[in-house]
Amino acid sequence: MSDITAPTRFTPSAARTPPLLTTGPIGWLRANLFSSWLSTAVTLLLGYLLVRWAMGFVDWAFVKAIWSVETGADGRPLTQPCRVNREGACWAVVTENHRFILFGLYPYDEQWRPLVACILFVGLYIVSAMRRFWRKELALIWAVTLTVIGILMWGGVFGLTFVDQERWGGLPITLILSTFGLAFAFPLAILVALGRRSNLPAVKIICVLYVELIRGVPLISLLFMASVVFPLFLPEGLNIDKLLRAQVAVILFAGAYLAEVVRGGLQALPRGQYEAADALGLSYWQKTGFIILPQALRLVIPPLVNTFIGFFKDTSLVLIIGIYDLTNAAKTAIVEPAWVGFGPEVYVFVGLIYLVFCFAMSKYSQGLEADLNRHRRR
Amino acid sequence: MRLSWADERFRGIVWQVVIVGLVVGVIWWLWLNTTHNLRTRNIATGFDFLWREAGLPIGESLIAYTPADSYFRALLTGLLNTLKVAVVGIVLATMFGTLIGIAKLSKNWLLSRIAGAYVEIIRDLPLLLQLLFWYALMQLLPGPRQALNPLPGVFLSNRGTKLPFIQWEDAHTAALAAFALGCVAAWLYARARRAAQMKDGQPRLVWPGALVLILGLPAAVWGAMGAPFQPDVPVLRGFNFQGGLTLTPEYAALLIGLVTYTAAFIAEIVRAGILAVNQGQWEASQALGLPPGRTLRLVVLPQALRVIIPPMTSQFLNLTKNSSLAVAIGYPDIVSIANTTLNQTGQAIEGIAIIMLVYLTISLSISLFMNWYNAKIALVER
Repeated sequence: MSDITAPTRFTPSAARTPPLLTTGPIGWLRANLFSSWLSTAVTLLLGYLLVRWAMGFVDWAFVKAIWSVETGADGRPLTQPCRVNREGACWAVVTENHRFILFGLYPYDEQWRPLVACILFVGLYIVSAMRRFWRKELALIWAVTLTVIGILMWGGVFGLTFVDQERWGGLPITLILSTFGLAFAFPLAILVALGRRSNLPAVKIICVLYVELIRGVPLISLLFMASVVFPLFLPEGLNIDKLLRAQVAVILFAGAYLAEVVRGGLQALPRGQYEAADALGLSYWQKTGFIILPQALRLVIPPLVNTFIGFFKDTSLVLIIGIYDLTNAAKTAIVEPAWVGFGPEVYVFVGLIYLVFCFAMSKYSQGLEADLNRHRRR
Repeated sequence: MRLSWADERFRGIVWQVVIVGLVVGVIWWLWLNTTHNLRTRNIATGFDFLWREAGLPIGESLIAYTPADSYFRALLTGLLNTLKVAVVGIVLATMFGTLIGIAKLSKNWLLSRIAGAYVEIIRDLPLLLQLLFWYALMQLLPGPRQALNPLPGVFLSNRGTKLPFIQWEDAHTAALAAFALGCVAAWLYARARRAAQMKDGQPRLVWPGALVLILGLPAAVWGAMGAPFQPDVPVLRGFNFQGGLTLTPEYAALLIGLVTYTAAFIAEIVRAGILAVNQGQWEASQALGLPPGRTLRLVVLPQALRVIIPPMTSQFLNLTKNSSLAVAIGYPDIVSIANTTLNQTGQAIEGIAIIMLVYLTISLSISLFMNWYNAKIALVER
């Protein structure tokens, strides 16, 4: 027993440093950019093209760009320097015309009103996006905000001068068409989606016909209809403004597409939910309002947001029937002889505005999707 | 059934009668208004105007057309122009979109990021704005005398894009017909060979025979007719180019806009379709000893296509419907010509009806074809 010596204490050798070539930044580069000959070639080629293109773009958009031009004696802008400078952008076309592009022909001194309206719209979107506000009061907030926006744009009360719809233009028109379109198309879409899944054959046929007819034709044909045929539909003497007619066309169009999205949610709901509601003895509207819709709509929020993005972009089509939305204001700004030929600059500017709105919505939808699907992830 | 509100079937019938009554009533009211308005405004009705002289010039047409032709022929020209941009656009957008979708899945970080940025930016901009942008760029190109010449024989100017082509002769038409015939024959041949394989289990090579049918047949026809080959390269004469193939600025802008826009959506569909195939399918197929090419062709693609086809169909439909935006940049498509027609004749209802009928027909045909294809490749469950 005594020959058993005390065990020597085990001391682990010092940890070796991880191989430099497979970890850290170098490892990342090797794995993601230079993993094979082909990958290396692609990286080098793309990197070269990217750098060249980016440098060219910076050169065009900033280094060689002209930001303002002088005004001549007759009040017309002198765009000669821009015409000589072929290598740089002429941002003067934007800086000189930005009020027209953003607000159209709205009286110059009153343009704070559309500006406030736009800010209210953005605020409305932000509030609606927050899940804390997803309850019944949200409908009230919408009603109040849209009324305030209406008062601001029309005026005629509270000491605001009246401004005819004919003179509205630019960004407010785009926001009005998409927001009001949505506010009215959404309830319509829910009714149509319910109707399409109804047991009553006549109701079902009407809803199917509506959805398929609208989805089968381009939005342009509906807008043409609103602009030239709609006046024929109404009794003599009753005249509806062109903007309102376009709004009706957008609502009918959006309603059909949203109805299909909502129908997807209704179909995705397990049968058990319908049967359980029936077993409780709820009436059709109780079942729909308390059990089915709250769950079905939650399921389709991400595709709904994607459809909203689509409509926001599609409102630009009212250009074709001569309504001065953001896109048409941009197109009109370069009709003036002094500014002819500076299309790319104006369209890049307007594109950035659309990009900000759509990118925010798209990122929001992606985040929401990840959030709502969290329970499914392991 | 009892005549009581408590009876579900009775309630259903009452509701249906009320709703149908409302819809019919509204339509009837609109109809009365319309006929009254048309009478008081002295607007003619009916489609007689189709056979009158149109008198409207059309910039480009696939069939012979002069302003002295009838409205019907003008509308037909517009329809062909719509189909010309839609068919070419669908083919190009599918190819380009598939490439972008695969690039987005690439292990190369730079490539996948660039593809991702492309998709995100293009999808967030209105198509109409993109079309206007491309058209504005086309108009900024120099005149024919200073035309850009990026590749030999290719000229870019504000009059359009000029591409080299060949002198078209009957032999080429015959070769093209032989090619189509060869494709059908190759398909039948492959089917017969596969049926034979199913019977005795012996694998049979399909591609040599198919290649002979698809390429050999047109080559033989072309050779038999004297093998004419005369390149037709555009040359500058005076103020414009002569010869070659012309893409007008309107057509080029519309095509570029539609293809780049739709490709972004197709890329996402392709990416989702490929991701939907379980990794285990790749591994199982490798374990069975299938080479990568056949794994892709026989195992992965059939399953991915099942996910891809339905959303792809709606993208094809979208591209076709979006081609109607041509009217904004002055490409003479069906909407543009129907719009001019209804402005000239004042017969708005008929004009809109023609537009809607054309698009409904195209939409239904694409839907039917894709539904048939979808049913063919659908999962056969026991």
